[in-house]
Amino acid sequence: MSKILKYVAGGIAASLPASAAFAAWDLNMTVGVTELSRDIHGLHMLIFWICVLIAVAVFGMMIYSLVKFRHSQGAVAAKFDHSTKAEIVWTIIPIAILVGMAIPAAETLIKIEDTRHSDLSIKVTAYQWKWHYDYLDKNVNFFSTLRRDHDKARQLHSGVDPYSVPNYLLEVDHPLVVPVGAKVRILLTSSDVIHAWWVPAFGMKKDAIPGFVNEMWFRADKVGTYRGQCAELCGRDHAFMPVVVRVLAKDEYDSWLKEQQQPAAAPVANANVESAALTVAKAE
Amino acid sequence: MSTAHNLTGGHTAGHADEHHDHDHHGPEKGWRRWVFATNHKDIGTMYMLFSLAMFFVGGTMAMVIRAELFQPGLQLVDPQFFNSMTTMHALIMIFGAVMPAFVGLANWMIPLQVGAPDMALPRMNNFSFWILPFAFSMLLATLFVPGGAPAGGWTMYPPLSLQNGTSFPMLIFAVHLMGASSIMGAINVVVTIMNMRAPGMSLLKMPLFVWTWLITAYLLVAVMPVLAGAVTMLLTDHYFGTSFFQAAGGGDPVMFQHIFWFFGHPEVYIMILPAFGIVSEIIPTFSRKPLFGYDAMVYATASIAFLSFIVWAHHMFTVGMPLAGQMFFMLATMLISVPTGVKVFNWTATMFKGSISFEPPMLFAISFLFLFTIGGFSGLMLAMVPADFQYHDTYFVVAHFHYVLVPGAVFSIMAAVYYWLPKWTGHMYNMKLATWHFWLSTIFVNVLFFPQHFLGLAGMPRRIPDYSTQFADWNMVSSIGAFGFGLSQLMFAYIVISTIRGGVKATDKVWDSGTPQGLEWTLSSPPPYHSFEVAPEVK
Repeated sequence: MSKILKYVAGGIAASLPASAAFAAWDLNMTVGVTELSRDIHGLHMLIFWICVLIAVAVFGMMIYSLVKFRHSQGAVAAKFDHSTKAEIVWTIIPIAILVGMAIPAAETLIKIEDTRHSDLSIKVTAYQWKWHYDYLDKNVNFFSTLRRDHDKARQLHSGVDPYSVPNYLLEVDHPLVVPVGAKVRILLTSSDVIHAWWVPAFGMKKDAIPGFVNEMWFRADKVGTYRGQCAELCGRDHAFMPVVVRVLAKDEYDSWLKEQQQPAAAPVANANVESAALTVAKAE
Repeated sequence: MSTAHNLTGGHTAGHADEHHDHDHHGPEKGWRRWVFATNHKDIGTMYMLFSLAMFFVGGTMAMVIRAELFQPGLQLVDPQFFNSMTTMHALIMIFGAVMPAFVGLANWMIPLQVGAPDMALPRMNNFSFWILPFAFSMLLATLFVPGGAPAGGWTMYPPLSLQNGTSFPMLIFAVHLMGASSIMGAINVVVTIMNMRAPGMSLLKMPLFVWTWLITAYLLVAVMPVLAGAVTMLLTDHYFGTSFFQAAGGGDPVMFQHIFWFFGHPEVYIMILPAFGIVSEIIPTFSRKPLFGYDAMVYATASIAFLSFIVWAHHMFTVGMPLAGQMFFMLATMLISVPTGVKVFNWTATMFKGSISFEPPMLFAISFLFLFTIGGFSGLMLAMVPADFQYHDTYFVVAHFHYVLVPGAVFSIMAAVYYWLPKWTGHMYNMKLATWHFWLSTIFVNVLFFPQHFLGLAGMPRRIPDYSTQFADWNMVSSIGAFGFGLSQLMFAYIVISTIRGGVKATDKVWDSGTPQGLEWTLSSPPPYHSFEVAPEVK
């Protein structure tokens, strides 16, 4: 039954204006590029339309009563003050609707929590206010920080027009890079306060908590660049620690990984403060 | 019932004794009337005026927030100050505006509605009010201390909240004071309702406002100590070397969230159950028809209160809970919509085949009905765990809880003021102006909060001072709504103050329809200083 509901919901969803041309006046959740994000979008639309149906019925009844039974039009009040039959009906029906919603939600939830059989594990450590990505067993790790020009533009009274900066606040120096079609397991933790790692197009967000490791997964099935942000208030620059993920074709990803693994090249490491300090120390 | 009768009688006697050494028939003169107030009406008035003042203080902070968010880029404030504004706005609106307003209404209306001369514990009543100005002076003083006001969110999640500077202990102490005040207020409500009802008023004959407040008071007594415990643990973590919430010492930051929301979710209902009571009083009056399904309304309120204790973790689906935990909290949360639905259906059924007129209190109650229901819908959406992984900590959540708090709780308070203000002051207010206030509020509140649903769905996180350009348009609309809504509330302050000062004499029944049935309408407008010196009989 839940499948049918999903198709119905998806069909109605597709008819809503959600094209890129509307970007600035976006109304709805992104469909995303992972199975999970599409499932979540389907659930979202399903429950949205259920709410709309209930709203039409309830608000319709209210509006009808407000118009029809106006004192100014000489309406005379009836005397009844309860009806056990009606009350049983409007207790049972909502319970039935809830069960109908809970089943597909539970199905998706079980899928979301299944982090087994991943192709790639990346440990994400949150800092105030940047991300550190560590490709486990691949010997590749780097920091990812809001790009310098964006950081300049976002200062108070910077005089820079945000519209002149493409992807304002959603650009980093070193994006996370993952292969398309691979099940990527993200292991999340934090070094200071609680943060949350979120890319809307992947459908998931999860908290990065100091002292604990959280798990989540995604499998992006479209090459491209996807942007998100820290979603849990983490202090002064909470708004300025974006997440950018580049999804590459398998071979491109492999060559990127190889490049990163060569110790001499390591260009991505330069930007991060710690390794810069290290270089200085060595030079001395 | 005879017990209640005896106690009522006993109290009336004691009350007279207590007062025989000064003017028995009226208030004291000058400042002593307010500072040493033990009269439920004076204390209620002070609560309401305090709440109105805090509504404007918190509102000003909201204006700062919306002004900064008017367009992308940082134009006005530093991000740290912005975070202080969101934190303080929430604390002041919740603990300073909404809760004291309901306590003020309880003070004014519960003795009038149960037929008692005053609240049961008048001196504690005085104490519980006079704590508040000190608590909020201390909270507001944090704006001027080194490091600025608290900026870790009103939820005070560690470790972030531990990064606050001098403001941190002040915040904790202020929260303790507010909690003590709330607990005392709640005890007073419980004792008054349980012991001072008029003879013949059995529990299931109490007006719904009294019922919802009785249940709210139990919630307050149950959860405010939990909040006190949570913030005390924060304090000892910061200053005394404990590690309740610090992983490095074997603690768990998520445990704070569990404890906090064990307080926090019942707190949500503390702010909405009295609103249900108010609306259940107003809709029958202006529909000229008795409330539909009184018993069901009472049981629904009790069910909501019970469920509010077992749904707390839906505020924290993203912290990484076991699958079974997420399932449980999802289902329990969805269940709340059943009794809430019963309430909405019953209000609708009350209006159905009624004879409806549209005075300002009714307008606000109708607006409550529609807009609170919208907040309920988004709440249902948020209960779905997978979808919540997208909604969580976005503007969708901001839209949701503002829909239930502003056109929910705040509109119900305004409805209550418009409903009972003539009774309190003996003056009618300017209906035309109040109707204007209603329409401007209702239109702007939607311009303000509806677009925030879109922003959240498009991916804008909450609590950020600056955002990417794709969120610019709806933010501008929302800010315009905010300024409009903020300015409209000046009309409310004007109407209230000018009605206190004078106006057309109100009748005892106030509303021309025959249906306001409660005991408060049997008294004069304004009521005598000691409401019911002789307990009325309830048939």
